[in-house]
Amino acid sequence: MDAKHLAGQLRPLLSRHRKDRASLVPMLQEVQDTFGYLPREAMMEIAFYLGIPASAVYGVATFYNQFRFTPLGRHPIKVCLGTACHMRGGQLVLEALERELEIKVGEVTEDGEYSLDRVACIGCCVMAPVVVVGDTIEPRLTPFKVEEVLVKLR
Amino acid sequence: MDLIKLTINDIPVEVPKGYTLLQAAEVAGVYLPTLCYHPNLSTYGGCRLCLVEVEGMRRLTTACTTPAGEGNVVKTNTPQIQRLRRNIVELILSEHPHACFTCERRDRCGPMDICLRNVAVTERCVTCPKNGRCEFKEVVNYIGFDESNLPYAYKGLRVETDGTFFDRDFNLCVLCGRCVRACQEIRGSGAIAFNFRGPEAVVGTAFNNPLGDVGCQYCGACVDVCPTGALTEHGNRFAGPVDSIATTVCPYCGVGCQLDLEIRNGKVSNVVAANGPANKGQACVKGKFGLAEVVHHPQRLTAPLVRRNGGFAEVTWTEALEYVADNLKKYGSEQVATIVSAKCTNEDNYVIQKLARAVLGSNNVDHCARLCDAPNLVGLTMSFGSGAMTNAIEEIGDASCIISMGSNTTAAHPVVWLQINRAVKKGAKLIVINPREIDLCQKADLWLQQHPGTDVALLMGMMRVIVDEGLADQEFINARCENYEAFLESLKNFDLDSVETMTGVAKADIVEAARAYATQKPSTFLSCSMTQSSHGTDNVLAVANLAMLTGNVGKPSTGVNVLRGQNNVQGACDMGGLPDVYTAYQSVAEPSVQKKFEEAWGVKLNPNVGLSLSEMMAAALEGNIKAMYLVGENPVLSDPDAKHVKEALEKLEFFVVQDIFLTETAELADVVLPAACFAEKDGTFTNTERRVQRVRKAVDPPGEAKDDWWIASEVAKRMGGKGFEYAGPEQIMEEITGLTPSYGGISYERLERETVQWPCPTPEHGGTRDLHVGTFVRGKGKFVPLEFKSPAETPDEEYPLLLTTERSRFHFHTSTMTGRVKGLKKLGSEEYVEINPADAEKLGIEDDGWVKVVSRRGEVKARAKSSMATPVGVVTMTFHFAACPTNTLTNTALDPVAKIPELKIASVKVEKLTDSG
Repeated sequence: MDAKHLAGQLRPLLSRHRKDRASLVPMLQEVQDTFGYLPREAMMEIAFYLGIPASAVYGVATFYNQFRFTPLGRHPIKVCLGTACHMRGGQLVLEALERELEIKVGEVTEDGEYSLDRVACIGCCVMAPVVVVGDTIEPRLTPFKVEEVLVKLR
Repeated sequence: MDLIKLTINDIPVEVPKGYTLLQAAEVAGVYLPTLCYHPNLSTYGGCRLCLVEVEGMRRLTTACTTPAGEGNVVKTNTPQIQRLRRNIVELILSEHPHACFTCERRDRCGPMDICLRNVAVTERCVTCPKNGRCEFKEVVNYIGFDESNLPYAYKGLRVETDGTFFDRDFNLCVLCGRCVRACQEIRGSGAIAFNFRGPEAVVGTAFNNPLGDVGCQYCGACVDVCPTGALTEHGNRFAGPVDSIATTVCPYCGVGCQLDLEIRNGKVSNVVAANGPANKGQACVKGKFGLAEVVHHPQRLTAPLVRRNGGFAEVTWTEALEYVADNLKKYGSEQVATIVSAKCTNEDNYVIQKLARAVLGSNNVDHCARLCDAPNLVGLTMSFGSGAMTNAIEEIGDASCIISMGSNTTAAHPVVWLQINRAVKKGAKLIVINPREIDLCQKADLWLQQHPGTDVALLMGMMRVIVDEGLADQEFINARCENYEAFLESLKNFDLDSVETMTGVAKADIVEAARAYATQKPSTFLSCSMTQSSHGTDNVLAVANLAMLTGNVGKPSTGVNVLRGQNNVQGACDMGGLPDVYTAYQSVAEPSVQKKFEEAWGVKLNPNVGLSLSEMMAAALEGNIKAMYLVGENPVLSDPDAKHVKEALEKLEFFVVQDIFLTETAELADVVLPAACFAEKDGTFTNTERRVQRVRKAVDPPGEAKDDWWIASEVAKRMGGKGFEYAGPEQIMEEITGLTPSYGGISYERLERETVQWPCPTPEHGGTRDLHVGTFVRGKGKFVPLEFKSPAETPDEEYPLLLTTERSRFHFHTSTMTGRVKGLKKLGSEEYVEINPADAEKLGIEDDGWVKVVSRRGEVKARAKSSMATPVGVVTMTFHFAACPTNTLTNTALDPVAKIPELKIASVKVEKLTDSG
C-alpha cells in the first residue's frame, strides 16, 4: 500500500479518537479492521498522534494476539489447533503447510497469495483436524492432503 | 520529621514516614533480594523476590511497594518465603544460563578454563560479560540453588550490537524492566519497551529497528541499571570486579554530573553515573561513553614540545619551562595575553590568572565565556546584581511553566532535559522558543518559531501582553524593583501587530505563552545560546525584565537559568578569568580591591581593565599583542571568523599552548605543554548552578603530563613570581577562599561531605540554592528599557540565506575530546549543512551531496542534508569538525557591552558542488 493512500484513510480514522493513551487499543483495532493488519506506518502515525513513543505502540500491539503485522493473503489459511484438532494431528498439518508455503505461522507468502495463521477452535471438532481457507472448511486433513488443498486454490 | 518504629527480623529500626519496608530493611542492615527494584526508578513490584511477611497482614507482601507502618513486625526469611523465592528464581533460571551455579568450582573458574562437565558455553556464568558484577548472581547465591527440576531452554537470540557503546544480549535478560523504566520514565525517550508476551516477551525497540533509528539517545541509563549481563558496555565486558572507583565531575557541559570512574589495572575502564545533586544518577552519551577512551587516548600529549626547525621537538620540563619563562620576560605587560580555560579546575584557573596578573603584570585575561556566557554575566549583573544561574537544576522539575529559549536542551544539556521531562510529566506547560524545530518541540505544549535574531521583540511583545492584561506582579515590582516606568515606556513600540511582523510568530501564540508564563507559577526560564548575538546583552536583559515583571525571581523553581556550556565556565569566571575582575567579580579598577590583592600576592598590580578575547585576537593581528599564554582552548575552531583568528595566532612572536591534545590551535604554538586531564587531578569544578564539586584523581597522567596549576606556578617561579609554592590544590583553595567572599566557606574537608552552592561566605553558611530571595544582590532589581535591533548581518541578494550554528548530541564544542571516541565518531561522523527541502530544491541540492557555504569572511565545504527542522531561508551547521571549520563563516560583530561576537547569525550563500572538490 502506498504511503499517500494509507495516510488518506488513516487521518479520518485517527481523528475520531481522543488524544489519550487509553485510545490506543481501540485505534489499533480499528486500523486492523480497515487494513486487515497493522501497517508499520499506521503504528507510527498513531504514536505521533498520541504523542507517545513508537515502542509503546509496538509493545502493546505485540502483546495482544488479535493483532497481525502482515497483510492477510488473498487466500487466508487458518489451521485449527483446538483440543480435538490438536489430538488428531493439527500440529503436523500446520507444519506441512509451513513447509509447502515456505513461511512461518503468522506470515504471508512473498507473492501475497497465502497467509498462514493458527486458531483455537472453530467448532467443527467432528471433522478434526480442520483448516479454514477463506470461507471454506477443509475437513480431516493430513499432511499429505495439504498439497491437494493448495493445488485446488491455484 | 515523623519517625516510624518497626522491627525487621527482630532488629528494631526507626525510619522516616514514607519509607518502604525495603528501605527500612536497608536501614536495619537486612539484605533483601531484588531484581526489578532500583532506587532511582519508580517501584514496580514485578519480580516478587522482596516478598516479606508482616505480622497481621493476611498475605505476603512486596517490601518495595509497601510503606513501613508503625509497629510492623517484619520477617524477611521464613522458610515459606525462601521456598517461594526459590520457585521464582528457578523459573528465571530455566531461561537464564546457570550451569555455574550448581558447580562447586564457580568462584575459582575463569572464562578460559576447560569445563569438565558437559556444559555449553552459553550456559556458563564464567563466560558472561558481566561475570563478577552480576546482581542476579547475588540474588541466587542468597537464596541458594542446587538443582532445578525444570528443563533449561536457551533462547538462542542474536546478540544485538551496533558497534557503538554497548551490546544487548537478551538471552541473559531477566525481564526486570529496569531498562524500560529508565528509558521511558527518566529519560523520556521511550526507545525500548516490552514486546510480545509470555515466553516470547523480550525488551526491544519499535519494529525491532536498530537503536539509532528509534530515538535512542545512547545515554547508557539502561546499561547502568541492568542487573545482569544483558546490557554490557564495551568498556567493561569480561572485566570482572572493579579495582577502585573515583567519584568525580564530568568535564563536558556545565551541568556538573557526578560520575564514578571505574578503575581496572590503573586505567579508567568505564564510567557510571553517580548520584550527584545535579544529575541524580544520570549522565548523557558524552559523559557515560565519551570519557574513558579520551583519558587513555594514544594521542594524548606526554612530553613538552618546543618548535624547532619547523617541527616540534620533545624536551624536558626544565628546558621547556625555562624557555617559556625566558621568552615571556621579553614582553611588556600590555604585549602579553593570557587565556584561561573553562575546562580546567578552579585551582588551575586561579593560579593561571595569578600568573597573568601578578607576574606578567597584565589584565589581558579572558576565556571562552566571552563566546557564550559573557552577556549573561553582564546582563544579569545589570538587572539582578549577579550574573549566575539563579536557581538549582533540581528545582526545574517542580516548575509549573517552563520556557526554554535558545537552548537545544536535549542535545546540549541532556541531563537538564530530565528535569524538564519530570516537570512535563507532572503537567507543567513547556514553551519552546526556537527558530529550529529541535527535539524539544515535540514535547512542548507551545512552540514559538521566531525569525533568528528577533528574541528581544518577541519577549517584549510577551511583556506587553502581560502588562496590558494586568498579569504583572505589581506587588513584587513595587517592593523589589526599580526603573519600571522607563521600561513601560519602552514597551510602547511592541504592540502585537508589529511584534508578529518582526518575529513571524502568530499573535495568538505570543498571547498564550505570555499568559502561561505569567499565571502558571512558579515559572522558570531556561536559556543558553541566545547570547551569541551582537545584541546578546539585550536578549538577557529582556529575559530578566520578563522574570521580574511576573515576580518569577527569588523563589524556588523560578528564575532566569542560563545553562552554561562548559564544565567549569562558571568557575573560570569566578576565579577571575576575565579582563576586568579578580576572583568573585571584584573589579580590578577598584582601589580597595587592588590593595587587598596586592597585599595578598605581594606585588604591585595593574588597575587597567584588560582586553577581551575578541579584542586580543584583533590586537594580535595588529601586532599589539606579541605573546600569548593559552590554556585548554581551541580558538582556531571555536572563535568567529576563524581565518583571521588563525592569522592572528600565526602572527604572535611567542605562543604557548597548554593542553591535553595537540589541537588545531596547539599546532600553531611555539611551545606546547602537556597537561593532566580531569581524571588525573584533584581540584574543584563549579557547575552552572554555582555548585562547587570535588574533582578527584583517578589515574596517573600519561608520560610527563602535569597539572595545569603546577605548570603555571613553575613558569611563574622562573619569572621571579612570589607566592607560587603550592603543595597541592587544597592549599590553592585555601588561598582562594581567603580572597573570594562567595567561596569563603568552602574547604576540601567540607567538599568531601557535601557540595556547596556559592555564595557561601563562612564555613557555617549552608550555601545558597536560590539567589535573590528577599532582596536582589544589587538591592533592587532593575528594569532596563529595550529597543529592537536587527542582527549585524541580514540576508541580501548576494548572501540570501541565514546561517545559524548549533550542537550535536554526540559531540562537544570543537570535538577535541569527543572526536577521539570511536562510538561518538560513528554517531556523528561529519559536518552536515542542514537546509530546508524547499531551499534545497531551489538550489538543486540533493541529500548527501557536497555543497560550498560562503559568507563574506570565508567558505567551507560539507555535505547537505535537507530537513524540515530548519526553516526556509535558514541553514544550520555545527562547529564540531576540523575538516569543516564552520566558524570561518561566522561574524565577529561584537555586542557593545559584553563583547560577545555574533556567532549565531551570518549571511551566507550555498552553492552545489559536483564533487567533494
